[in-house]
Amino acid sequence: MQTEALTGGFANPPVEASRGFRAALNALARPGTIETVAGAGAPAPVSTAAAVLLLTLCDAETPLYLAPGHDGQAVRDWIAFHIGAPIADAGEAMFALGTWEALQPLAPFRAGTSEYPDRSVTLFVEMEGLEQKGARLTGPGIREAAHLSLPEIAAFQANRAAFPLGRDFYFCAGDRLAGLPRSTMVEAG
Amino acid sequence: MSDYNFAYLDEQTKRMIRRAILKGVAVPGYQVPFASREMPMPYGWGTGGVQVSAACLTPEDTLKVIDQGADDTTNAVSIRKFFEKTAEVATTEHTGEATVIQTRHRIPEEPLTEDQILVYQVPIPEPLRFLEPRETETRKMHALEEYGLMHVKLYEDISRHGEIATSYAYPVKVEGRYVMDPSPIPKFDNPKLEMAAIQLFGAGREQRIYAIPPYTQVVSLDFEDYPFVASKANHACALCGAGDTYLDEVIVDDEGGRMYVCSDTDYCSGRQDKGHRGEMAAPYMEVAE
Repeated sequence: MQTEALTGGFANPPVEASRGFRAALNALARPGTIETVAGAGAPAPVSTAAAVLLLTLCDAETPLYLAPGHDGQAVRDWIAFHIGAPIADAGEAMFALGTWEALQPLAPFRAGTSEYPDRSVTLFVEMEGLEQKGARLTGPGIREAAHLSLPEIAAFQANRAAFPLGRDFYFCAGDRLAGLPRSTMVEAG
Repeated sequence: MSDYNFAYLDEQTKRMIRRAILKGVAVPGYQVPFASREMPMPYGWGTGGVQVSAACLTPEDTLKVIDQGADDTTNAVSIRKFFEKTAEVATTEHTGEATVIQTRHRIPEEPLTEDQILVYQVPIPEPLRFLEPRETETRKMHALEEYGLMHVKLYEDISRHGEIATSYAYPVKVEGRYVMDPSPIPKFDNPKLEMAAIQLFGAGREQRIYAIPPYTQVVSLDFEDYPFVASKANHACALCGAGDTYLDEVIVDDEGGRMYVCSDTDYCSGRQDKGHRGEMAAPYMEVAE
């Protein structure tokens, strides 16, 4: 029997989820800041940061899309045991997990409606690394300008152009994560 | 060991509230619907703020709760005790020491920092509600960015009273998109809405959460010839002498006598500790044993 699916959850869920959420809140409210999280471990290739976000934000009420590369039996078993989120197509997902390339194209993901812009997907993007350089970010949560090593520029400019509709992003590398809400203006750095 | 789950709410409820908070942060000023729970206090006593605070608190936090600026009124004391019991977090009355501040109808006088979260208790989150009672219509008005009605309301203020008479819950436009009710804070506090801290708004009965991320543009609605004025009573604090704080008017006898004191009790006592004295202050402070 596979036991990998049974390990890697929070040891003390209320407390560790509260810390995970504060990291997620700070990252999304201050684009460009990089938070470090701990306490969760999912089967490869899921990063620690992505595992913390999954445990903190997802449950049986949140359809989850697994992009190719992350959609495997080990990851599905882990999610089924710890989270219980139904695995869904891109068009129905509230959350999505994968590398930037594997998540493309973004068009099928929900961007909300003009009356309910909150009914949109949040994507957990797995990255090789995460640095405070590269794309220049301005907008809510940023005093003057911030920099973040985004996988590309044009997709986030198009996302911002649709504001208040749009998709929200977390970038995960190892145990570090950063957020990019739809409200952020992105330029080449 | 507490008999309660950490911060009272069950984990699934907290996840639902946390998801709503994050969408609120992503769309500043937009009211995110959420499945508000019954709390062990009546609606109108800050159930929305309490749920948002419960979803945000970590064991490392220090919580401050204020009601109209005061740390020592019933609502503030009972919510502070609620979280002392259910989350076992440290509490404080000092603005500078707090990491999470739950507030009813005031922003502290002391500027907040990047390490702080300000949680507002909100009675009616919809700024257009008294102009248009139907939720289906106000939702459409927000979707279409159709805010003419709000300007008509402010114009009617001017035609009736000669000035914009709205003095609290003064509507703002967030990041050039959504018109938002900043909760019934006095309009004196409106300029402070552009701050370094994260601001979260919870309306329990009305089941809405919204947010203003740090350094977000927040503009109080006005007209070129009737610009917004952050007004206050034209007095200095009778206890600490501050001339730049929001004041409460206190009736002191039945012959029309009154005094004006800072509504922010922590700020006022901090100034008195530094030796500032207003015209009605005690000449010396009693030394606590």
